[in-house]
Amino acid sequence: MSISMLAGAERPDHPLSRYASTMHIFCAGCGYGAIAQAVTRVYAERKLDKMKYVFFTGIGCHSALPTLLPGYTVMTLHGRLPAVVTGAKLANPELKPICFCGDGDLLAIGTNHFVHACRRNLDMVLILLHNNVYGMTGGQAAPTTPTEYKGTTAPYGYLEKPFDGCELAIASGATFVSRWTSAHIKQFMNTLNKAIDHRGLSFIEVVTTCPTYFGRKNKMPEPIDLFRWIRDSAVSIKKAEGMSEEELEGKFLVGEFQKTDRPDLNTIYKEIIKRAQGD
Amino acid sequence: MSEDKAIRTGTHVITGNDAMVEGAIAAGCRFFAGYPITPQNEVPEMFSVRLPEVGGNFIQMEDEIGSIAAVVGASLAGAKAMTSTSGPGFSLMQEYISQAAQSEIPLVVGNVQRTGPGSGIVSVPHHGDVMQARYGGNGDYEIIAVAPASAQESFDLTVEAFNLAEKWRTPVIILSDAMLGHCREKVVIQSAEEFKKNIIERKIGPRKGFKPFTYEENGELIVPPPLQLGTHAFPFWLPSVSHNEFGIPILDTVPKGSFKMVKRLCDKIIKNEEKITMTESYYLDDADVAVIAYGLPARTGLRAVREAREQGIKAGLLRLKTIWPFAQTAIEKVAESVKSIVVPEINMGQLFIEIDRVAAKKGVSAHLVIQISKLHEPHEILSKIKEVA
Ligand SMILES: Cc1ncc(C[n+]2csc(CCOP(=O)(O)OP(=O)(O)O)c2C)c(N)n1
Ligand code: SF4
Ligand SMILES: [Mg+2]
Repeated sequence: MSISMLAGAERPDHPLSRYASTMHIFCAGCGYGAIAQAVTRVYAERKLDKMKYVFFTGIGCHSALPTLLPGYTVMTLHGRLPAVVTGAKLANPELKPICFCGDGDLLAIGTNHFVHACRRNLDMVLILLHNNVYGMTGGQAAPTTPTEYKGTTAPYGYLEKPFDGCELAIASGATFVSRWTSAHIKQFMNTLNKAIDHRGLSFIEVVTTCPTYFGRKNKMPEPIDLFRWIRDSAVSIKKAEGMSEEELEGKFLVGEFQKTDRPDLNTIYKEIIKRAQGD
Repeated sequence: MSEDKAIRTGTHVITGNDAMVEGAIAAGCRFFAGYPITPQNEVPEMFSVRLPEVGGNFIQMEDEIGSIAAVVGASLAGAKAMTSTSGPGFSLMQEYISQAAQSEIPLVVGNVQRTGPGSGIVSVPHHGDVMQARYGGNGDYEIIAVAPASAQESFDLTVEAFNLAEKWRTPVIILSDAMLGHCREKVVIQSAEEFKKNIIERKIGPRKGFKPFTYEENGELIVPPPLQLGTHAFPFWLPSVSHNEFGIPILDTVPKGSFKMVKRLCDKIIKNEEKITMTESYYLDDADVAVIAYGLPARTGLRAVREAREQGIKAGLLRLKTIWPFAQTAIEKVAESVKSIVVPEINMGQLFIEIDRVAAKKGVSAHLVIQISKLHEPHEILSKIKEVA
């Protein structure tokens, strides 16, 4: 991707026309544009308050999403997003952060902050952009690279077992957990709407395309190849119930895995203040 | 939230660590994130008691990287915020200290120093992080560092640290140590009314003509009020990459822009050195030998200076209450009037490098008195004074 388009940046007026003079800056066929559009649509449809619904990103190709997003955005450091949001939410409970992290960002360098944010049930929407690689740095293997697939640091195939972001989120205590793909935009928008209304940590993993690196390294150079691979590897939770383990080999589940309620971090901290002040 | 709970007016006998907490809360700190490490443990422990009492939040994070990141988030969302740690944790915080300097995010970091390198010795004093405070993070930037020398000053300079952070929009480091942190001394806190006159409150930038970052106007650098997420006083995008004064990322095709940003960040602090630095002089008017010191060695140094005077040697002391920015002007002035300079440090000579540079420029000899993991004995400094007088 290139960032030469950023020069015309201006302050937002209308939610859908931030960049009158620019276009998006992702590679052709990158799934990030579609995801940003879906988020922007939900944001605009619901007329979300810009002072409250703020965006955060980690570091990766996804850091360039603010060129498309309809509200204020904080770009954090690589992996640190959940910790930054923890401080922001405690200082201003009115905020409802909508956050984007890369798979390297959240599942490698930021895992520690991620699992603790889930454990604390931090009230935010956390969107994991699962593109199977480190896009920004040039297609290195990520903790999500499927076994036997290639990356620029896995020339003989990646032989480690990948993380399942949703399982990790559930095990860590996230209260709303789901997975969709850039081939399931409608379903993603539907879940995003629920996530915005959910109080607590809403984790949405979106499996998405990186034709430039993941596709090219794995004999799927055309964006459409990768799009089909993702669409065909995705199995709904319901459908999976009737499938054998062999049939599920190399597939991943999509849908809403978990939705429970328990006090979020801000509620807990209000209780601490109450106790300290002896009310 | 009652003010008397935030400002504990009266006379107390408390440790340097507790004094740091009281100073922070009195200055308006309402968020603390930290991680246990000796010899600063009493700081988060006391914050965990005190912050909820005044309606603030204390959180124990998963590590120091997360602690400073949470402080950055809290500051961006409008709270005066602080973390504290010791050597190994301070190293982990450098990533976001560098970023906070670049994004001009006000925050305070207490570093109750212990011996290093590595895990070192956990509960003895050592000033090994003086250079790390300034040069620890990646890139070129400047921060402010204060160095208290008593429990009273652990209170006073923490208040000052918050004021400096607000005024200059920068991380401010408090360089305390294991001895100072644990030593119990008298601390007097003014009435809330008096006290509040000296507090710089968090301000929100104007709606019209909002400028997110330090900018130049008529050759002068103007530092606007801090950014506040959830208000109009925020750029549409706060990028962590290099950016111009409007927050627009600087493209790699225009390195000139990057040079301008780095220069702005450094000049903001260095060019205002005289406004930021705080020093105290003792017996310097007619001195032949000047002791220049910060933190606890300044107290040992003062005793050595007094003993030297009793023995007929014209010695004096310049005490640095701020370490960074380097008090170039004050030290040059001292170097112009003395024959030699003595620098006691609890390290292998860190600030000495800077002091020696100024001394050499002025044709004065500078002499280092090293201690490691313990305070100097007054006679060690005295014998150096006698040797070079
Ligand atoms: C501490 C740190 N280490 C490494 C990097 C370099 N880096 C920038 S982006 C990136 C990987 C991004 O991959 P991912 O999080 O998957 O995001 P994507 O580019 O795929 O959107 C890395 C390693 C960094 N910015 N900071
Ligand atoms: S490198 Fe991959 S993730 Fe990055 S913009 Fe291009 S296609 Fe998208
Ligand atoms: Mg990725």
